[in-house]
Amino acid sequence: MGRTDIGPPDYRDMLPPVIKKNYGKWKYHETIRPGVLRHVSESGDEVYTVRTGSPRLLSVDFIRDICDVADKYCDGYLRFTSRYNIEFMTDKKANVDALIEELKRLGLPVGGTGNAISNIVHTQGWIHCHSAATDASGLVKAIMDELYDYFTSMKLPAYVRIAVACCINMCGAVHCSDLAIVGVHRRPPKIDHEKVLAQCEIPTTIQSCPTGAIRRHPDPNVKSVVVREDLCMYCANCFTVCPAMPLADPEGDGVAIYAGGKVSNARKPPMFSRMVVPFLPNNPPRWPEVVNVIKKIVEVYASHAKKYERMGEWIERIGWEKFFKLTDIPFTEQHIDDFTHAVETYRTTTQFKW
Amino acid sequence: MSDETPLLDELEKGPWPSYVTQIKRAAKKKKAAKDLLGIQELSYKDRVTHWKHGGIVGVTGYGSGVIGRYCDQPEKFPDAAQFHTMRINHPAGWFYNTKSLREICDTWEQYGSGLTNFHGSTGDIILLGTTTENLQPCFDALTEKGYDLGGSGSALRTITGCVGQARCEWSNFDTLNLVYDLTMEFQDEIHRPRWPYKFKIKASGCPNDCVAAIARADFTIIGTWRDSLRIDQTAIRNYVDNGFEIKTLVVDKCPSGALEWDDRTKELKLNAEDCVRCMHCINKMPKAIRPGTDCGATILVGGKAPIIKGAYLSWVLIPFIKVEPPYEEIKDLLRKIWDFWDENGRTRERLAELIERVGLKNFLKEIGIPPVPQMVYKPRANPYVYF
Repeated sequence: MGRTDIGPPDYRDMLPPVIKKNYGKWKYHETIRPGVLRHVSESGDEVYTVRTGSPRLLSVDFIRDICDVADKYCDGYLRFTSRYNIEFMTDKKANVDALIEELKRLGLPVGGTGNAISNIVHTQGWIHCHSAATDASGLVKAIMDELYDYFTSMKLPAYVRIAVACCINMCGAVHCSDLAIVGVHRRPPKIDHEKVLAQCEIPTTIQSCPTGAIRRHPDPNVKSVVVREDLCMYCANCFTVCPAMPLADPEGDGVAIYAGGKVSNARKPPMFSRMVVPFLPNNPPRWPEVVNVIKKIVEVYASHAKKYERMGEWIERIGWEKFFKLTDIPFTEQHIDDFTHAVETYRTTTQFKW
Repeated sequence: MSDETPLLDELEKGPWPSYVTQIKRAAKKKKAAKDLLGIQELSYKDRVTHWKHGGIVGVTGYGSGVIGRYCDQPEKFPDAAQFHTMRINHPAGWFYNTKSLREICDTWEQYGSGLTNFHGSTGDIILLGTTTENLQPCFDALTEKGYDLGGSGSALRTITGCVGQARCEWSNFDTLNLVYDLTMEFQDEIHRPRWPYKFKIKASGCPNDCVAAIARADFTIIGTWRDSLRIDQTAIRNYVDNGFEIKTLVVDKCPSGALEWDDRTKELKLNAEDCVRCMHCINKMPKAIRPGTDCGATILVGGKAPIIKGAYLSWVLIPFIKVEPPYEEIKDLLRKIWDFWDENGRTRERLAELIERVGLKNFLKEIGIPPVPQMVYKPRANPYVYF
């Protein structure tokens, strides 16, 4: 048996020499072209970072390929960003062009810096998750193919962060993204009463429901639960504690789109993404309906927002009523909140636009 | 099983690098990856997942770090019938030397599907797909190479932080050192779930919050400073002389109106008392404006995604704290919060939901922190007050 509780490797063993030498001494940086950063230290040292996108789901042979590149140009070091981009760092300016050429040969796009659309943060989807209401990797691939030019350029008013969560558990915490794509169910759980008896703890299952929709089965001889369907909003919390209550359904499941969130404190405080489209069908392999809406919103934002204005800041300035008009997206009853913080969203002023 | 994957093949077209190509590459060597491709194609056809609810699997002495996963079509896809995930705690900042990365690859090629995520949403290295039988030997081999499991279930999750002082001039404390130190201190809390639900800690070195700590962590540490911005007027003039519209792009966008541009003297004036340290001017003029030198962090609590009572952004708990080794003050605060939550939290109740249920006032009293106006946007408007 191996050792336990050794923790991860010490990060200090993972730092390139130029990073180690200038740790805590960086003075400023600039983006010299899309995907290439230049950081300058108080010591006068420089480090060039070439950032590429990645599909996140990587084979070990591909990782060996990027290790070869890092061995050749980056003293045998590399790093990943929180958005699954790969960063190759070198203290030699002369290496940059050759490095970029090599990365392009591996099929990796260089970009994701400044006012760009960086890689899409996402969850497992149908690759690995039992509660997924949509796929994640395929949606990401379809959207990034369409928005590719925004990754490799910096032509937007500000950066746009996109995230995909394959169900409303939101493992990817997409709820504060400029654009969030969320897998949703629209059918209540289908209860397998025999499995409930074998696999589920009934009080825990009843308690798991945030709207109190789950009750004991009316027949005391049946040790199971029933769902009041009019109270169910398909959050699937019950399914998490009781595997006998799956919600997945090919017709019921699909995707919702939210917009205008941010986490940075720059200018306006962080804000949640808000519902833009309540439902679009799962239409694999390329989800054309979803891709079209995303592209449309990005284009309207790009042509209307002021310089350095994030999507949520732009929408707040023009008003949501104007946003729906400009994007030609219908406003429906699902857009009006009726959950925990609902009343905060109701308008309490006569100020609005037509 | 048919070898044809017409739906997935569509996702090998287009300019963005394809995950399908990655799976196919792994499938040349590993049967499990080949079956994963088949399962994914079937999901694309059926438009539902083909993974079952996880079972309890793991390695000796641990309650977390492995996610059990079984396919609902084991006869059709025997080589991915068991397809468990191992979450491996990443080195802080996601920096690697290639020797270490290659060792992970070799180990995973021996014991798993050869497919990975760099990285998962949790920040962990995700080793995607192995059998129950291979879990322990794979874990043993990984620990030989210096790696350990990350958190899962109702435990402390793998702690993450931004790149910090390793390669960023804006980091107000050493995020990587803090992340590593807390990770080593709380190994037991990461590996042995015993709380009402999950607990996440994330650290960003400045208010740009590159790791989304305010939205994604129950315990959010965001770097800030107490003194004034540092402004280099010569560098400011360089920006302006090169055509940078300082008035519209910086001064007018300052959220608290703390900046003023004097067109006559070509000087950027700051009323430091009014600055709310949002980072906008620094972000746009990095060669001329820098954070102050009396640095530390703001600690906020409660950030989480919607399940169950809705999404929360973290709330200010401590407006300013110095962040220096051995970080005892932060560790003590964490232990106090965990004790209170463990004692009072209901099953699957995150910290924010507990605080909302009992009231921030009572929470503060319990953990011994006096109220200050920085904790709220505004005081209450109702007269229903407990004395």
